[in-house]
Amino acid sequence: MAVEVRVTSTLRNLVGEKMVQGHGATVGELLEDLDARYPGFRAQISGKDGQLHRFVNVYLNDEDIRYLQALDTPVKPGDVASILPALAGGGLPALAGGAR
Amino acid sequence: MLSLERRYVDEVIAHAREDAPNECCGIIAGRDGRPTQLYRAVNAEASPYRYNVDPKDLLRIYRDLDNHGWDVLAIYHSHTHTEAYPSPTDVSLAAWPEAYYLIVSLADEAKPVLRAFRIQDGRVTEHELQVVDDAGAHLDAAR
Ligand SMILES: [Zn+2]
Repeated sequence: MAVEVRVTSTLRNLVGEKMVQGHGATVGELLEDLDARYPGFRAQISGKDGQLHRFVNVYLNDEDIRYLQALDTPVKPGDVASILPALAGGGLPALAGGAR
Repeated sequence: MLSLERRYVDEVIAHAREDAPNECCGIIAGRDGRPTQLYRAVNAEASPYRYNVDPKDLLRIYRDLDNHGWDVLAIYHSHTHTEAYPSPTDVSLAAWPEAYYLIVSLADEAKPVLRAFRIQDGRVTEHELQVVDDAGAHLDAAR
């Protein structure tokens, strides 16, 4: 099924649009589908282990998927997924594990 | 060059002072390079050394500016004890190459310093920050 995925910044440049249709039954499948059509998509938001970067926020409708079932969160027609890179930084050389 | 009306500069400094000793953060939306609205954001870290716009607040702000047809013109945060220059962590986490990064330093409490940068592929470039009055007339540099 098709779900609208809204992207910004670097992903928007990669896709060429502010929103794109993704196909799949879960958020993870949507992202795989987009990566197949836009090579490099996944690399922008997740590491080699397939886990999302800590400083990338993925939402399904109004909810951060960290508080749902993460990449296994099921999607249905009419849902809107949004991907927003974190706005983050810090004065220490490395974040000491405190970021959510 | 980033050109901001005085009221935006005043608001960034006021926000930094209110949230001190923690770092503050927020977004200035814009259209065609001109600022349209400042959004204060919640720093989920609530820390003097780190900022991370609360993800829920980030979605709220982004939706609102996107619904208006605006872009993220600038992302601001404060340094309460260090100079107004991106830290290594600021650089490594910078994920908005098309936005200005505005940093306000409160190291000298009486004289806040505001500077503008772009951070692209790990490279920091400083951009002139011009402060104008509400009619658009050039006032002075912010630093
Ligand atoms: Zn910083």
